[in-house]
Amino acid sequence: MRAGLLGSVIMNFDFSDDQKLLKEQVRKFLADKCPTKVVRRVLDGNETHADDVWKGLVDLGVPGIGIPEEYGGSGLSPLEVCVVAEEIGRAAAPVPFDTSVVLATEALKLAGSDAQKKKWLPELASGKAIGTLAIAEGPQPPKPRNIRTMFGGGRLNGKKVPVTDGEAATFAIALANTGGAGDRALSLVLVDLKQSAVAKKRVDTIDPTRKHAELTFKDASAELLGGEGEGWRLLERLYDAAAVYFAFAQVGGAEAAMWMARDYALQRQAFGRAIGSYQAIKHKLADCYVKLELARSNAYYGAMMLTEGGADLAVAAAAARIAATEAYDFAAKENIQTHGGIGFTWEADTQFHYRRSRLMALSIGGPMAWKDKLVTRLEQKNAA
Amino acid sequence: MDFNDTAEEAAFRKEVRTWLDANATRKSDDKQSFRARNDDPELLKKAKEWQDKKAKAGYARITWPQEFGGRGASPILQVIYQQEEANFLVPLGFFDIGLGMCIPTMMAYAKPEQLARYVKPALHGQEVWCQLFSEPAAGSDVAGIRTKAERDGDDWVINGQKVWTSGAHYCDYGIVITRTDPNVPKHAGLTMFFLDMKTPGVEVRPIKQMSGGANFNEVFFTDVRIPDSQRLGKVGEGWKAALTTLMNERLAVGLPSGGLDIDELMELARDTDLEDGPAIRNQQVRGKIADWYVQQQGLKLTRYRTLTALSKGQTPGPESSIIKIVAAPKMQDMGAFAMELMGHAGIMKEDVPHAAGFQAQWIGGAGFRIAGGTDEILRNIVAERVLGLPADIRVDKDVAFNQLGKK
Repeated sequence: MRAGLLGSVIMNFDFSDDQKLLKEQVRKFLADKCPTKVVRRVLDGNETHADDVWKGLVDLGVPGIGIPEEYGGSGLSPLEVCVVAEEIGRAAAPVPFDTSVVLATEALKLAGSDAQKKKWLPELASGKAIGTLAIAEGPQPPKPRNIRTMFGGGRLNGKKVPVTDGEAATFAIALANTGGAGDRALSLVLVDLKQSAVAKKRVDTIDPTRKHAELTFKDASAELLGGEGEGWRLLERLYDAAAVYFAFAQVGGAEAAMWMARDYALQRQAFGRAIGSYQAIKHKLADCYVKLELARSNAYYGAMMLTEGGADLAVAAAAARIAATEAYDFAAKENIQTHGGIGFTWEADTQFHYRRSRLMALSIGGPMAWKDKLVTRLEQKNAA
Repeated sequence: MDFNDTAEEAAFRKEVRTWLDANATRKSDDKQSFRARNDDPELLKKAKEWQDKKAKAGYARITWPQEFGGRGASPILQVIYQQEEANFLVPLGFFDIGLGMCIPTMMAYAKPEQLARYVKPALHGQEVWCQLFSEPAAGSDVAGIRTKAERDGDDWVINGQKVWTSGAHYCDYGIVITRTDPNVPKHAGLTMFFLDMKTPGVEVRPIKQMSGGANFNEVFFTDVRIPDSQRLGKVGEGWKAALTTLMNERLAVGLPSGGLDIDELMELARDTDLEDGPAIRNQQVRGKIADWYVQQQGLKLTRYRTLTALSKGQTPGPESSIIKIVAAPKMQDMGAFAMELMGHAGIMKEDVPHAAGFQAQWIGGAGFRIAGGTDEILRNIVAERVLGLPADIRVDKDVAFNQLGKK
């Protein structure tokens, strides 16, 4: 029997006071240490990321939040990682959070052997290592038949591009072909990037506040992460967890863009009054709010399923991802529109969320792919 | 995070379930509904009996003070009661406006002896109340009403017309907002009264809606004479009283439930043979299903956030203001899309699976986007109350009502 809209439960569908406190702490830190001028510094400059901000986050213990205590982390739940992700997104912080704290850490937790976890998780927690994920190989979507990077005999050969934080990262988890048919041809491999068999080259992207690289592997030493032939299946599971964390970051970014637009709409005068008094602007910003709250509610449920290891995670993660991508895309573009001409200048801060929203929309699969996945999962759920 | 009741909530839920099981029939599935048409006199009779039973057991208005037959309990217990009651085949919907909006306004403004007379019969379903606000020329701008009340000794004489009055055809009493002074600006010249719907000069005519139903009415007032003792609040302060009523409306108006949704749309898409195979395999169709699923889930989960705040004794945040903005267009658009999947046969009212249900969504959605605050008014409310954007410029603000529109 399907639960009606009223449901049949009351619940505690919110973050705890401690989690809200952590969120506030990170928010204050970022407001102080990562204002938009820092984002601009990375945009215009050569640095791979805002290392000062990253070090501060490391001091706050951010990279180790979701890492078990036995591996040097603080062993908190996904909910704590979620509240931090929201703040990282709000600040559009130019730090390797999505890569190192989310993708690399989760991949190790999901598929790493005990030895791999012992080696890498403490380094991730302490900020000594930065990890990333290397999936794409140029123009085609990373479907099994498009993966040409080969792994065999402990050696990795091929080219991955674009790789977020490819330059800053100490290691990468790459999707490679290990021989076999279809999905089973793919495996995840862990490759140390501090070796001469790895060449790194920066690539220009739409979001220079998050630097990307092309990584070329020529007989690079690497090892399997998880079973051979398990790569595609593991990646799907990794993406489900990442989708929830990304959703929180996207919600944070969407909210920031919405308030930026609102503040400007109060201040900017046209035809003798604040543009925020015109319904064309009011309704647009109301729509930002509507999409934001739909995204937030879906993200909360994703977080809850992730924490519980709930059977509904696959559906919840996809829904969170779709709603959050929609909310962030919409808020980011309508923020520029609300600003008018000034919003299209290089000097304006509006560009940060516009760039970041598109990057986040594409980096773990775009909305079209996630919508397809969601319906597949709903079909499976209904058939069960 | 969890989806569990607190101990107090769980105990209350158990108590409610036990009582409902002893007094009503459990639904065999959640699509079952007691309601046939709410202009069926038998249905009203049954609803009154059920309301009386509830009131006697103390479940009719759980949040009301005990002196008025409530339990003085938190809103979350009221929600729990409604959640549980929704699993039973009982006639609902006749008393929501009266108990949710009219009587709370009475409680704020009526005299103690009037409350002693009217509250109990309303609570027990013996007397049904309606709210007479909207007029042909005053919908979103409800303060623009023209029905006038003129003082005549100890009485007031009311002339004019109301419209979209839910249930007026079976109601016993109503609260009515009138214009008592057209020489002052719009909001300043209003006064609220309550009256017996059988007062001479009150005429109720049902409105046939586009959907074919007739749940609403026009109500005409011709020299309707009522005593000053039926005034609610001060003369000229009717807007303040109306806000009390409307504030309660926001809590009382729910969502239509039990209609077709994603499950039926997916079923339809599986069974529909498009040129390139089953519709469910078509990427455009999948994209739409995904979008509506995300909205449906988002609304349900947003509701959970509101309930969580209530459960913790907090005032819910503004997030629930998005619900009708999303639900109403979704209902309309999904209905239209489902009909499109059926092809030309989507227009047929019989012999096409799910057609009637989705057609009802498509037709009903058109009304739902307007009722209880249009899409546009609700966006204004979000922009102003949540985002703090300026209210619309009002050209009628400092102009006497009878000078509006004159240059």
